Amino acid sequence: MNTVKNYDLIIAGAGPAGISAAIYGARKGLELLVVTEDTGGQTNWTGEIENYTGFHMITGAELVDKFAEHTEKYGIKIKEQEPVIGLGTEGRLPVVKTTGGTYPAKSVIVATGKIFKKLQVPGEEEFQRKGVAYCATCDAPFFAGKTVAVAGGGNSAFEYAQQLMQIARKIYLINLDKKPTADQVLQEKVLASNKIELLNSSVITEITGDRFVQGIKIRNQNEGSTGGHYLEVEGVFVAIGLIPNSSFLSGLQKNKQGEILVDNYNRTNLQGIFAAGDVTDVPHKQIIVAAGEGAKAALSAYSYLVRNY
Amino acid sequence: MAKVKVYSLPTCLYCRKAKKFLDANNISYDDINVGTDKEGMEEMVEKTGQMSVPVLTIDDQTVIGFDKRKISELLGLVE
Repeated sequence: MNTVKNYDLIIAGAGPAGISAAIYGARKGLELLVVTEDTGGQTNWTGEIENYTGFHMITGAELVDKFAEHTEKYGIKIKEQEPVIGLGTEGRLPVVKTTGGTYPAKSVIVATGKIFKKLQVPGEEEFQRKGVAYCATCDAPFFAGKTVAVAGGGNSAFEYAQQLMQIARKIYLINLDKKPTADQVLQEKVLASNKIELLNSSVITEITGDRFVQGIKIRNQNEGSTGGHYLEVEGVFVAIGLIPNSSFLSGLQKNKQGEILVDNYNRTNLQGIFAAGDVTDVPHKQIIVAAGEGAKAALSAYSYLVRNY
Repeated sequence: MAKVKVYSLPTCLYCRKAKKFLDANNISYDDINVGTDKEGMEEMVEKTGQMSVPVLTIDDQTVIGFDKRKISELLGLVE
């Protein structure tokens, strides 16, 4: 049998909230482990950051490098590509289930952030990394000279379109509503390009292809359920928003959006389980806010450990 | 010495991690920025049937993603 280490604190997620929590926890001398899909989370997909105190401009990639260096300095153990898939209890101890194992801990901080909302149409899963993409900053270079579609009508969809305009041949913007909701200035910039074709009141109903994406089926809302046509594209960027990464966390109280409810001390409804950052109902989803919340959660977890163990 | 290629993008964290890991182990490699090297990008996509980086080729073996264990094994490194 494996000897299971009894951690003081397990942190699920390694974005700004999880990393800050880990640094504060390590400085308190806690025996801790971080389990996560990747280090950096949403910060990895962020281009330029101009509002993180101390840096008048830093790219998301550079900030994540700095996060990683900071954790290395304290010898913090981060298990990557091992996201949390559930929470439970074993006796009085919380238990964290990941894709790689089950870990009991005296306390837990959930900092799993937000993930891209999916279209949930046939072909979307099948063609992931084969033409379907969620991050223009990461994946735009694969579509140089190609025709692509961007699903969405908000700021992120228009920002994706703006990035793709630099290198793609043609971009269809597939917007669900009658009019896009992106900022006027951004819309004007993007729509001025002759590479852009905006299709309002439209939805993608299927993504098709062979080895890679070759096309999409779209339907105009005004045509009813029988209408629809095919567009030849080699890429589909999905920019229809983000949702809290909390669906697998049963037992935790959440609001309608799926955000975990926390109090001023980052406590959830479950004893010994704290939450921080974008996965919680704390307003203003910002890197610096998430980092601060992570620090708070670690200090609260530390107080909890001192009182109870 | 194994012939190592790293297909990467400057915006990708795991590409940087993979290269850092190779550097730390004194492994020399060709760094192919698929954002600027179109032929390199097409070669990688064709070889792996997918569009994500990093991809490492070690002699005739291909590794998708920064799979430290597999890379160490192929390079005969002791972790």
